Amino acid sequence: MISVQNVKKIFQSKSGKITAVDNVNLEINDGEIFGVIGYSGAGKSTLIRMFNGLELPTSGSLNIVGKDIAKIRGAELRKARQEIGMIFQHFNLLWSRTVRENIAFPLEIAKVPRSKRKQRVDELIKLVGLEGREDSYPSQLSGGQKQRVGIARALANNPKVLLCDEATSALDPETTDAILDLLVDINKKLGLTIILITHEMHVIQKICHRVAVMEEGNIVEIGSVLDIFQNPQESITKRFVGQVIETEETKETIANLLGKFPQGKIVKLTFIGEAAEQPIITRLIKESNATINILQGNISQTHDGAYGTLFIHLDGTEQEITTAIQFLRNHQVGVEVVAND
Amino acid sequence: MIETIFPNVDLIKAWEKTIETLYMTGLSLLWIFLIGIILGLLLFLTAKGNMWENQWVNWIIAAIVNIFRSIPFVLLIVLLLPVTKIIVGSIIGKEAAIPALIIGSAPFYARMVEIGLREINKGVIEAARAMGAKTSTIIFKVLIPESLPALVSGITVTAIALVGYTAIAGVIGAGGLGDYAYLDGFSRKDNDVTIFATIVILLIVFIIQFIGDYITTKLDKR
Ligand SMILES: Nc1ncnc2c1ncn2[C@@H]1O[C@H](COP(=O)(O)OP(=O)(O)OP(=O)(O)O)[C@@H](O)[C@H]1O
Ligand SMILES: [Mg+2]
Repeated sequence: MISVQNVKKIFQSKSGKITAVDNVNLEINDGEIFGVIGYSGAGKSTLIRMFNGLELPTSGSLNIVGKDIAKIRGAELRKARQEIGMIFQHFNLLWSRTVRENIAFPLEIAKVPRSKRKQRVDELIKLVGLEGREDSYPSQLSGGQKQRVGIARALANNPKVLLCDEATSALDPETTDAILDLLVDINKKLGLTIILITHEMHVIQKICHRVAVMEEGNIVEIGSVLDIFQNPQESITKRFVGQVIETEETKETIANLLGKFPQGKIVKLTFIGEAAEQPIITRLIKESNATINILQGNISQTHDGAYGTLFIHLDGTEQEITTAIQFLRNHQVGVEVVAND
Repeated sequence: MIETIFPNVDLIKAWEKTIETLYMTGLSLLWIFLIGIILGLLLFLTAKGNMWENQWVNWIIAAIVNIFRSIPFVLLIVLLLPVTKIIVGSIIGKEAAIPALIIGSAPFYARMVEIGLREINKGVIEAARAMGAKTSTIIFKVLIPESLPALVSGITVTAIALVGYTAIAGVIGAGGLGDYAYLDGFSRKDNDVTIFATIVILLIVFIIQFIGDYITTKLDKR
């Protein structure tokens, strides 16, 4: 387990002191994909860079691979860094080396003998799906391919932890998804802990188990991704959730729908986890006498289940509508009547 | 053919002088390359935010580099005469020019090395640190390979300047094509010798430029 305790980082600059990270406490389980989200300047990079000692905390401790990374120096720190892989927004590959040579670099640093290096590089190239591009130079690769090299390079020495600093922020949406799929795949296959930072809720939603929301150097909210999506507390968290589920658009839609359906009731259903997978609506249509109209919906897949909203229109007698709503409530679906009558 | 256009050129002597010029250029270039890379690395590594950040060391090296870069070459030769006498044992001949050539050009090259190193993407150095590389590994496996095209094009420019310096040194007694053009050409009013020596110098410069450019483009995989 990774444990971060009372970590604080203050930068001295000409214009005074900047508290980039202000008393952060975290526990991250082995094998977890943990996300940190925050706006620019929140201190995310500073935080993640302390995980491998690229930045030293002003105070506090970071227990990563069985060591307090903030306390060790020299050879011990370098050894620990070999157990912590890192990938970067701008890939940071050596342009003077081919794909193969780039991936071999951390192996050279770890003094792996030449004969074993070749075998390991071949394995890694296969793992990240770069067969056939071994002898290309980075300048001949697309952004997605470059990040695959970055990932292979980070995994070369079998690290226990993988740090990702905005690893997909320079990529287009499709490539982002492919790289995220690769990260999930690696997490499952190798069981390594992944810590990623991002400003895109989409990334968190797609692969993270838990997420911490960071604002002005503090973690203001932390929890499982599903919980955060269902029940965001802080306004910043709500804004991030809104990146994925367009609440603004929804408000307009509600006004629109209310105008269209003066009769009956419009109900907003909120699905939680597995509920979204079950054919609740089908059963409702079968069992209820009310007329049911599906108006619009938005279901998002998160790592541990789907989360989403669905607007339906119920028409019929008072009794029929009440029964239908009761039915939905009994099936662990969040129900909110939005229509007036 | 050559005899009719250049009646006073003694080809055997011209060849010897060319070899002297190449010798002076080549030998000092080797030293300049070494010293320039070491000074350039020190300038880079001790600068703010880098691995060996040290304001004082940086300032001292920068001062030395700037001073020696600013002294006109002719004066440098004269100023260095006592030093040359001790090191080389003589103040005339092809060897005598070498200390001045090295001291005059190494600081110039050191600056170019530093500029080349500063152009390396900081993220790459950081990635190497994150992998657990030590400073020597970063120097030999990141800094030098990633700046190699700049190092080569810098040494090309330096080599060309150096050919010019050997000619100046030649005039004050160091041998080589400059000496040939001055003593056998200018002093005896045999202009054809001066022109011949100039053409040979130009050829040497063009060849250095061509080889330098070729290697630089070959190395650059960006
Ligand atoms: N080396 C440094 N010296 C001084 N201030 C710094 C340094 N690095 C970061 N900061 C400051 O610390 C704060 C947090 O920066 P950080 O890079 O961690 O933010 P971030 O959340 O990663 O932002 P972004 O999404 O833009 O990358 C910022 O105010 C930044 O200016
Ligand atoms: Mg950042």
